[in-house]
Amino acid sequence: MYTEKVMDHFQHPRNVGELENPSGMGTVGNAKCGDIMRIYLDIDENQVIRDVKFKTFGCGAAVATSSMATEMVKGKTVQEAMAVTNKAVCEALDGLPPVKVHCSLLAEEAIHAALWDYAQKNGISIEGLEKPKSDIGEEEIEEEY
Amino acid sequence: MMKERPLIYLDNAATTKVKPEVVEAMLPYLTEYYGNPSSVYGFSDEPKRAVAHAREIIAGAIGAKPNEIYFTGCGTESDNWALKAAAEAYAGKGNHIITTKIEHHAILHTCEWLEKHGVEVTYLDVDENGRVRPEDVEKAIRPETILISVMFANNEIGTIEPIREIGAIAKKHGILFHTDAVQAFGHEPINVDEYHIDMLSASGHKINAPKGVGFLYIRTGVKIRSFIHGGAQERKRRGGTENVAQIVGMGKATELAMGTLEERKKKETELRDYLIDRVLSLVPYARVNGDREHRLANNANFAFQFIEGESMLIMLDMAGICGSSGSACTSGSLDPSHVLLAIGLPHEIAHGSLRLTLSEENTKEEMDYVAETVRDVVERLRSMSPLYEDFLKNNGK
Repeated sequence: MYTEKVMDHFQHPRNVGELENPSGMGTVGNAKCGDIMRIYLDIDENQVIRDVKFKTFGCGAAVATSSMATEMVKGKTVQEAMAVTNKAVCEALDGLPPVKVHCSLLAEEAIHAALWDYAQKNGISIEGLEKPKSDIGEEEIEEEY
Repeated sequence: MMKERPLIYLDNAATTKVKPEVVEAMLPYLTEYYGNPSSVYGFSDEPKRAVAHAREIIAGAIGAKPNEIYFTGCGTESDNWALKAAAEAYAGKGNHIITTKIEHHAILHTCEWLEKHGVEVTYLDVDENGRVRPEDVEKAIRPETILISVMFANNEIGTIEPIREIGAIAKKHGILFHTDAVQAFGHEPINVDEYHIDMLSASGHKINAPKGVGFLYIRTGVKIRSFIHGGAQERKRRGGTENVAQIVGMGKATELAMGTLEERKKKETELRDYLIDRVLSLVPYARVNGDREHRLANNANFAFQFIEGESMLIMLDMAGICGSSGSACTSGSLDPSHVLLAIGLPHEIAHGSLRLTLSEENTKEEMDYVAETVRDVVERLRSMSPLYEDFLKNNGK
């Protein structure tokens, strides 16, 4: 049911783990609908993402999108990281089954939540970044079914 | 995908392997004896006889008479037929059906459809082990109750229901009693008279017969209309040319299953308990779902905290193990299994469920490998779970 790329990222997830004293951290999703993603960012003084780690509770697609999303933002500036949308993550994985597309949305939200945390801590604003929704999963239920 | 070792199939509640003896019994009815059982000429005598023989075997297996067995296309068809046709036939008496929250979707979705057509349905709660309380059944009875439908054994957690007690209540109140015995037929001893069962659904492919054949037992005297209208097959109640080879296959599979029932149950129970004990001793924060005593011999159902079921299934598949899960991601919806929620599991724990249903062909060595693989998979997924991270940071609270 999954593409080779999804399976590769699921079997060999990149950037799994935690960061001590991260520049920004964000957790989205909820256990009720079965997906929770947490992203840690280490951002340098030039606003470049030096390191990124993730932890995910969820299905194969959730793990793979987290992994791909972290790979796509690593080494980017925070502004460039804003371009890593759910669509971009999905495409980079050669697509997801329709019922799993919400997982890629969660990855985008997790990155945004971590960036929001970084922006708040440093009193800066990132263009296009809005305060993340804390409970994205619940909304998905109503949207999709 | 790379497989390190031969497949270990632990999803026998989903479907089973067709036994070689069953295939052998079926083959002549696909090749040599292809006549239509309804035809007059002698060439059709053999398929006619074979269908009658299968009907006798199946009737004998549940203590019924052959003319009370109606062949269908699957267990789901049998469930649909029993409920919809009973609701129609007994509409003059009332419009209320009692069932449970842990039924298979073949029952639940049929009940939902009936509700849209004026039938009232009571969905009974179950206890934390998935057992229906007979007193709840009795309390739910109204003057307009026409049918009680409670599954013989649950497909997910393996809990066997107090069918004898519920049957006695139904009889006492003069209400029809149907049981979905898809998981129990050929696995547990069933006697329709002893248990006061008026209708019973079963399926061939859960007992080593092929997919695409099932039956509905309807007690003589029960008023029930046709569901599939057509020819005079199945005493005019289920039209359509008999699926002769499949029916023969189900007859043979029933004969084999009944002949080895007690011995198989004993072997499977031992293997199951060994697997459960091994997994619980190797994996912390794990529990067994379902009743430990009143349980199908081949069902082991676990919940592992902090991880999600589909991820577990994919990793087990990579290790050559076939299992299933009640997680939302495997059900095609965002909600975990209705059965796990009905026994009171919180959502996040229900998402981490794993069902392993074995067969007599599995070995103790396989169970060792499975338990160790489950331990490794759970450890790996926990190492990337934010829920587990939080749990550890809070010193295990």
